[in-house]
Amino acid sequence: MLSKRIIPCLDVRDGFLTKGVKFKGNVDIGDPVVTAGLYYEQGADEIVFYDITASAEGRKIMLKVVEKVASTIFIPFSVGGGISSLEDMRSTLLSGAEKISVNSAAVRNPDIISQGAEAFGSQCVVVGMDVLKVEKSGAIPSGYEIVIHGGRKHMGIDALWWAREVERLGAGEICLNSIDADGTKNGYELELTRLITDNVRIPVIASGGAGNPAHMVEAVTLGGASAALIASIVHYGEYSIPEIKEYMHQAGVKVRTDWH
Amino acid sequence: MIAILDYRAGNLTSVKRALDHLNIPNEITNHEDVLRSSKGIIFPGVGAAGSAMRNLKENRLDHTIKSLILSGKPMLGICLGCQVILDESRENAAKTLGVIPGRCEQFSRDLYDESGQPINIPHMGWNSIQFKKECSLFEDIPQGSEFYFVHSYYPIPDPAYVIGITHYGLGFCSVFGRPGLWAMQFHPEKSGRPGLKILSNFYSYCLEKA
Repeated sequence: MLSKRIIPCLDVRDGFLTKGVKFKGNVDIGDPVVTAGLYYEQGADEIVFYDITASAEGRKIMLKVVEKVASTIFIPFSVGGGISSLEDMRSTLLSGAEKISVNSAAVRNPDIISQGAEAFGSQCVVVGMDVLKVEKSGAIPSGYEIVIHGGRKHMGIDALWWAREVERLGAGEICLNSIDADGTKNGYELELTRLITDNVRIPVIASGGAGNPAHMVEAVTLGGASAALIASIVHYGEYSIPEIKEYMHQAGVKVRTDWH
Repeated sequence: MIAILDYRAGNLTSVKRALDHLNIPNEITNHEDVLRSSKGIIFPGVGAAGSAMRNLKENRLDHTIKSLILSGKPMLGICLGCQVILDESRENAAKTLGVIPGRCEQFSRDLYDESGQPINIPHMGWNSIQFKKECSLFEDIPQGSEFYFVHSYYPIPDPAYVIGITHYGLGFCSVFGRPGLWAMQFHPEKSGRPGLKILSNFYSYCLEKA
């Protein structure tokens, strides 16, 4: 039986974590390679790097980080942020990432999804969707709209329509981020998560709102997600990955627990 | 030295990085003499069966690989590499190497998981293996260990070769082969500690046989 995945997300700028990670035990680290190694040891099922540098120089630094991470951890990891061309995808995958994640670049140019899937295989192409709850309307019948720039720019695209469209174009997975829930620690946007998981057949990673392990259980049961993305609750040592997995296991969710 | 077969089918570097990490000497190659002089061959791969076979045929690697297997060179096929070892794949209706009788099929969209939800395709993530036979590559790996899968097609080898079964909507064969020739649908190079242990067990076998 397939396990539900727990995926820590690390934001990187110019090769360093944007916020130092403070694990239980008070270790404060700014190095994404070291931090990825620690999450690997703790039983993360996958790791997501989000490169918030947009410059060409920043991208080069990120590729070096990717190479080092690929020689340190032996689980899949994906890289997102700033990837907007086939060439970006190729260089990131060649540096050792398992998957690349496209978000606003795919909204602006949906062909990049099919081109990436054709060139590297669907399994490499994750589409990140930033979604905001809005009034239902003719243009947005589901009441969920695609936004970019951290929610500042509305795209007038229905999130349900877009999810089906990225699947049709060959995306291998969707990372579904609720802008409303992001940072609240009140739990994932379950209604949105269920809406999308009921309407696509590719795996969906729930993102935004994790405050405790019960939220992760909800995301993968009520929400139907294949995986849950987590950030601050592990970065600041509120919960460790083994604690989260133990909680999920006790709640009857199949998770990978045999990492030693 | 372990040869990593280069037939332009992705993920060669992740296998190489895993072997480097384990201090196992290795070389990515498509040269017949290097393949012949290696102690064992890893046949990796991500992508489609059709283009993989075209690339293999271009360099007559299909003949080389078949003759090396017949001569007893230890070989480990991973993911697409495991599928190509069989007779044919439904993916691109490709005729494959035919070293082990069998074929590949696509996961049906009519399959449901244990909780009654339609399965996601691809099968992506960590799953366990139920062993039908002992396999030296899994020595010292705890029962119930999970491995990283990502695929939409699954192998159906001749039942005589089935080593392990994984459940995803149905029970499919995730490990098959015979001593010296193994194929696995998951990625040991991306499966954490148990996956790395498979690679080092394979190397130990190659050293013993050499």
